[in-house]
Amino acid sequence: MTISREDVEYVAALARLELTEQETQEYTEQLNSILGYAAMLERLDTSDVQPTAHAVPLHNVLREDQVKSSINHEKALRNAPDGEEGFFRVPKISLT
Amino acid sequence: MESLSIGKSVSELHELLVNKNISATELTKAYIDRIQAVDPDLQAYLTVLEDQALTQAAEVDQRIAQGEVLGALEGIPMALKDNMCTEGVRTSCASKMLENFIPPYNATVTDRLRTAGTILLGKVNMDEFAMGSSTENSYFTKTRNPWNLEYVPGGSSGGAAVAVAADEAAFSLGSDTGGSIRQPAAFCGVVGMKPTYGAVSRYGLIAYASSLDQIGPLTKTVRDNALVMNAIAGYDPLDSTSVPQDKPDYTKFLVNDIKGLKIGFPREYFGEGIDPDVARGIQASIQTLINLGAEVAECSLPHTEYAIPAYYLIATAEASSNLARYDGVRYGFRAEADDVLGMFRQTRAEGFGPEVKRRIMLGTYALSSGYYDAYYLKAQKVRTLIKQDFDRAFEKFDILLSPAAPTPAFKFGEKVADPLAMYLSDITTVPINLAGIPAISIPAGFVNGLPIGLQLMGKALDEGTLYRAAYTFEQNTQYHTLKPNLAREVLTCGSR
Repeated sequence: MTISREDVEYVAALARLELTEQETQEYTEQLNSILGYAAMLERLDTSDVQPTAHAVPLHNVLREDQVKSSINHEKALRNAPDGEEGFFRVPKISLT
Repeated sequence: MESLSIGKSVSELHELLVNKNISATELTKAYIDRIQAVDPDLQAYLTVLEDQALTQAAEVDQRIAQGEVLGALEGIPMALKDNMCTEGVRTSCASKMLENFIPPYNATVTDRLRTAGTILLGKVNMDEFAMGSSTENSYFTKTRNPWNLEYVPGGSSGGAAVAVAADEAAFSLGSDTGGSIRQPAAFCGVVGMKPTYGAVSRYGLIAYASSLDQIGPLTKTVRDNALVMNAIAGYDPLDSTSVPQDKPDYTKFLVNDIKGLKIGFPREYFGEGIDPDVARGIQASIQTLINLGAEVAECSLPHTEYAIPAYYLIATAEASSNLARYDGVRYGFRAEADDVLGMFRQTRAEGFGPEVKRRIMLGTYALSSGYYDAYYLKAQKVRTLIKQDFDRAFEKFDILLSPAAPTPAFKFGEKVADPLAMYLSDITTVPINLAGIPAISIPAGFVNGLPIGLQLMGKALDEGTLYRAAYTFEQNTQYHTLKPNLAREVLTCGSR
């Protein structure tokens, strides 16, 4: 299979990445090259194989639901590019 | 004081401190001087913390003056890869995105090393978001290999390896998602351990690929490595993937004896793509191990060739999800735009470098509707097969052995134009992360004046046997005692 320019533009939109014309071209070529190589995985029959999400599996890692102190408001906002009165501020949200 | 301290191992420095041959302050100053002398050429550090380091050293000197018993790492100057959070100290991930990020908390490893009394000299360079094999992907600077300044130091923990190799820190911590501790350790001639997944807490490590990332030490000697592991390993309730094990004293495995140890060498790690000189060097290491009494035999890990595509699909898929948080809202870089969606897109376009964007694209594609089964799920199934290869091999062998990297260090720019070629150079390291097992790279010789590394792989949570074999090899070889030939005036400078 090949990845088209439109595929790259679609994926860039999903990933919230604004690509330049040159990047779109480069990534189209490079994704084709990398995924072309990855196609070798199809040679393996994995119909009876369970997927591994974590190599050292731990199950149901739970803790007591206790209230603890955390970093305060001021600290949490200190790295924000823009904020006011204890909130993060962002540009207008348009739905179109 | 420099001649007394620079170039010494952690255990030697500890003796100097205990015997009051040197104070922690003098030692720290010697390292700061050393950084100022060699780092303009090497560019290992992104941040040097002179004032804070001297304050920490003064605290140690006070404890010495009060007659307190010094811990093994107390007063030892070290460096952290710049993806481990340090409260109040910029943690940039070598990215424009986090150029001004000051973490409000410490990573667990930062806390543990502080508790152990180490001195934080600074934060060291890396590939942006730990994505790369040469440290060329840093937004800030290129770190140079101290053995030859025209060559890369490896990556992504390039700064961490160079800092130790060039005596700019007594030890450092790196992180390893697909070889990022072991390959730069090999390229720079130091000892680098990638512990079992979950052995060292990832809390406060800026995430790349969460099911693969693991923190570990880079050191001059195997003993030092075990000493640092003693300080950083162990269960942490703040990391839900932390393994609830009773942490051993890793130094008790440091015996100069491997008689009867069963070592396998997987033939797939000596085939196509492996530099013949590197292969010869590792063959010589095998002979050394046989002479020391190990039982060495060939074995097979048949799915090895599938590890690269499986790794790059899984790692990039996880990365695309982890890096979704960089949206210009809560921290990090923000680009200006008229509306919020435009702000997200422009922030990420300007804040991330080309390799990070490439991996986000690849990972987003692998997770997107219609391709999830073909790529991501398939890769996770292949991961199972790769893990089973190791399980089978460890039924017959105590440890496995291979080159840590297919080649010695390469030149700047050599692989930048071809991302796939760069990815293929990770073949000897990525299967280990997929299987979650521990592996260590130790100095094993030179090819054209550049170091090569011997990789030893162990069973999950059996770092001990790796330390035993690595220590025995080290005690019976001289490679780790050789130093890069930096300018002589630098090596003897600044005696105060």
